[in-house]
Amino acid sequence: MPEPLLEVRALDAFYGDFQALFGVSLQIEQGQVVAVIGANGAGKSTLLKCIAGMMPARRGDVVFDRSSIITKAAFDVVAGGIALVPEGRRLFPSLTVEENLLIGSQSRRPGPWSLARVYELFPILAERRHLPAPALSGGQQQMCAIARALMSNPRLLLCDEISLGLAPIVVRDIYERLPALVAEGVSLIVVEQDIAQALKAAHHVYCLQEGRIALQGQAHELTREVISAAYFGL
Amino acid sequence: MIHWLNVILQGILVGGLYAMFAAGLSLIFGVMRLVNIAHGDLIVLAAYVALVVTNSLGIDPLTSLFLVVPIMAAIGYVLQRGLLNFTLGDDLLPPLLVTFGVSIIIQNGLLELFTADSRKLQAGQIEIETVQMLQGLWVGYLPLIQFFVAIAVIAGLQILFYRTALGRAFRATSDDQPVAQLMGIDTRHVFAMAMALSLAVVAIAGVFLAVRANFDPAIGPARLIFGFEAVIMGGLGSLWGTLAGGIILGVAQAIGAELDPGWQVLAGHVVFLAILAVRPQGLFPKVSG
Repeated sequence: MPEPLLEVRALDAFYGDFQALFGVSLQIEQGQVVAVIGANGAGKSTLLKCIAGMMPARRGDVVFDRSSIITKAAFDVVAGGIALVPEGRRLFPSLTVEENLLIGSQSRRPGPWSLARVYELFPILAERRHLPAPALSGGQQQMCAIARALMSNPRLLLCDEISLGLAPIVVRDIYERLPALVAEGVSLIVVEQDIAQALKAAHHVYCLQEGRIALQGQAHELTREVISAAYFGL
Repeated sequence: MIHWLNVILQGILVGGLYAMFAAGLSLIFGVMRLVNIAHGDLIVLAAYVALVVTNSLGIDPLTSLFLVVPIMAAIGYVLQRGLLNFTLGDDLLPPLLVTFGVSIIIQNGLLELFTADSRKLQAGQIEIETVQMLQGLWVGYLPLIQFFVAIAVIAGLQILFYRTALGRAFRATSDDQPVAQLMGIDTRHVFAMAMALSLAVVAIAGVFLAVRANFDPAIGPARLIFGFEAVIMGGLGSLWGTLAGGIILGVAQAIGAELDPGWQVLAGHVVFLAILAVRPQGLFPKVSG
């Protein structure tokens, strides 16, 4: 059994008195794509925020490459090799497309990703590099957000709802580029509401329901019936 | 006619100084939404630092900038990292109250150390040298230098903000703090760098203020008001607008003083209120993305 790249151990997280995560555990190995699915408010984004250091967990641990990162600040986590593509893209509106990408390389981690490489992956961004970020279409903004995260040369990329608010054809277009990332040695955790998309992209699937892992398994072994039961808590 | 031209020209030149008061204030508000009530007192503090440096080393005030600027920048970094960072959050009130406290501490500290006596920095010969612009219109070297330094400072800040990695980090942090952290930016450090930069500009402004006129520990708050007025007239977030705001304030004060010496400061406030009434967003507001 290989050492997991990232291991989340019995994580509890709260928003004030409201508990959003109950003992959530998760593992991902190097080179894997893991999908976390679940309904709105199931705790998917909270889980990613805890891993990325944007939000403190109350109990539990996050171990990345054999060391605990649960107490690290977000800017330290990214320097260690975990990048998050935040929900809703959150590009910097007063920066141009290229400046947004350059901000991504702020942590100065060495690796295969550079402006030239991300422009190769998303040629449309090269064409629009000097436009302000809000001038891009939704799909292009999502590409820019992914490219910006790649610029930190992460070993693990966390993608929060990259299909949110995008046309299905655009979503397919973006998902078709993900294998190129895996080929460069990036492991992926994708959070999705779109189950079909998640099952197609991932090796392993976790289903969150009201802050608990309701189901997990190999993507090809899970049937739609089992998933909908776990998803909706039927 | 030439007389009024002279009055307006002097006002424009003083406006450069006001723009320097304003630029540091605007930078801090832009990057971290902090309203620095102690800004005026920090200008006066810089003047006293220059006083100590010039007296103890026997150098002239303009040369002392090579020491005063780094000293003030270091004070800014430590002040932000050690104190003001802890006041930042969703609420605008704590930084307001804490910088108000800092303002009182600086004023009383200076009073203890230097007494309430008026001081002035002596720049020597350069203070009285003039250049003739037109028949009957003479301009002092020092106000001219001050004005061109102000333009250089604004241009320098503009380049730093839009052409360097640090400026990019400033703008990203200003846009979205949590995501800036996600990108590997330590916002505590970025805020401290912004305050250091702000106080570097304050140092330049403080030295020119101290060469131009008398100063004492109590004049800070009025400089703060001039800075605020220049920022708001120019439009928040626009550096060149800040220069325009400073010039308008300087000209208004010069014309007011010419009509009646008692109207100098009042005329500035009246023009400020008039512009605020007509264009509350300022003359050159930052275009939002």
